Amino acid sequence: MQWLASIGRNTIDTVGSFGRAFLMLMGAIIAKPQFVKNTPLTIKQIYVVGVQSLLIIVVSGLFIGMVMALQGYTILVDYGAEGSLGPMVALSLLRELGPVVTALLFAGRAGSALTAEIGLMKATEQLSSLEMMAVDPLRRVVAPRLWAGIISMPMLALIFSAVGILGGHLVGVDWLGVDVGSYWSIMQSSVDWSEDVVNGIIKTIVFAFVITWIAIFKGYDAVPTSEGISKATTETVVFSSLAVLGLDFILTALMFGIE
Amino acid sequence: MENLLEIDNLTFSRSGRIIYDDISLRIVKGKTTAIMGPSGIGKTTMLRLMGGQLKPDSGDIRFKGESIQSMKRNRLFTVRRQMSMLFQSGALFTDMTVFDNIAFPLREHTKLSESVIKTLVLLKLQAVGLRGAADLMPAELSGGMARRAALARAIALDPELIMYDEPFAGQDPISMGVLVKLIKALNDSLQLTSVVVTHDVTEVLTIADYIYILAEKKVIGSGTPEQIKQSDSPLVQQFLKGHADGPVPFHYPADDLEQTFLGAK
Repeated sequence: MQWLASIGRNTIDTVGSFGRAFLMLMGAIIAKPQFVKNTPLTIKQIYVVGVQSLLIIVVSGLFIGMVMALQGYTILVDYGAEGSLGPMVALSLLRELGPVVTALLFAGRAGSALTAEIGLMKATEQLSSLEMMAVDPLRRVVAPRLWAGIISMPMLALIFSAVGILGGHLVGVDWLGVDVGSYWSIMQSSVDWSEDVVNGIIKTIVFAFVITWIAIFKGYDAVPTSEGISKATTETVVFSSLAVLGLDFILTALMFGIE
Repeated sequence: MENLLEIDNLTFSRSGRIIYDDISLRIVKGKTTAIMGPSGIGKTTMLRLMGGQLKPDSGDIRFKGESIQSMKRNRLFTVRRQMSMLFQSGALFTDMTVFDNIAFPLREHTKLSESVIKTLVLLKLQAVGLRGAADLMPAELSGGMARRAALARAIALDPELIMYDEPFAGQDPISMGVLVKLIKALNDSLQLTSVVVTHDVTEVLTIADYIYILAEKKVIGSGTPEQIKQSDSPLVQQFLKGHADGPVPFHYPADDLEQTFLGAK
């Protein structure tokens, strides 16, 4: 009967943590906005979360674009369709790879850092001391980081896609000799603004929200010991990666699925 | 004498374990009250209950006659501006300089101009002897200095009640002497009410006006330092003199000795 009890206990724990995560979110976003105080804090966090992730995003985007052009070319050239390399690279980046790969990198680079930072603030009693100073840590610490994540990740994904398309150009046009005119013009005629670009942005906004929420909650809810923080950081990366991949399927089915 | 904080019949338990069982305390205005007891009996928990960070299972905690646990969140935050807490680790914000740490509560809760804030912060730092360290980061301070900086932050808004969580733990004799002197001086000059949670007997006997000793979920002794020294409770005497064995046993409860080493009969 031990296993039955442990199933029950795990279920209660899971439901309980969903409840706490929801309460934290409510406390952070449903509050009287304090633009004067919170804008500088949010901008600082956008720098930490977004700007400092730029390098890894640009480098990964470049290589993914280059690899896709190389792989795509070897297949397309057999059918004499290497002119379609442009739309192939652009559509896969804008619809799928841009949002998903950026989200996975963002979870590893920024999400884990957010969890560790907030977990350590909890372990060193900084969150408690904010509370005792009559400053709500949900507004002061959680809200700026949440907004920073939601604002910066879609931009990172767009940068990722743009760099990837340039990387595809580098390999496909400059190296393998695909016609530069057809690379751009076929891309322009087959990429649809609302169908492809906007849907991709909607995906990244959803991913950004989920990753940042998980990362902040895991830090906020961490057991304040070195072991607890390491566990929370791992869970952030694992849970947010799984959530991104699962949500990606659902969103893709809704956006591009059966008409 | 007026009570700033009154605790009546407080019972508190955490994850099924009873921490406090029906205890009552009085914190008299303008005095230094010490709460002492062995490690691990939840002295810090008592401060968190007083600050409204935890809610008791039953009983009443009143600040100036107003019940803390039944306050709405907004009211609680307003009341907390009149109290302040010095955490054991200092809990300075590691991403700000010492100056910004002390300016933090002023910037959050007042509309003072930056030049007034600067004067106030430097005055507070002068009081704890760290005016020269204003531009350092918390990581660059020694343990004793960090606690003094945290003390400057705790008095930044001129609170009425200040709670010290183990202020002397892990301090060298000099920093300890400095902290004892500071707590006493602040209490006298600012007419603060202080609650000191500690297990450093000698330091507390010199600064406290009234002492509560907690053990085994109860208040086992209370009185002025003189009364405590004269107490005939063996538990209180063991605590004050630091005997290894007594009512608080040296051995953690275990099986019978013979049974363990000579095998079951």
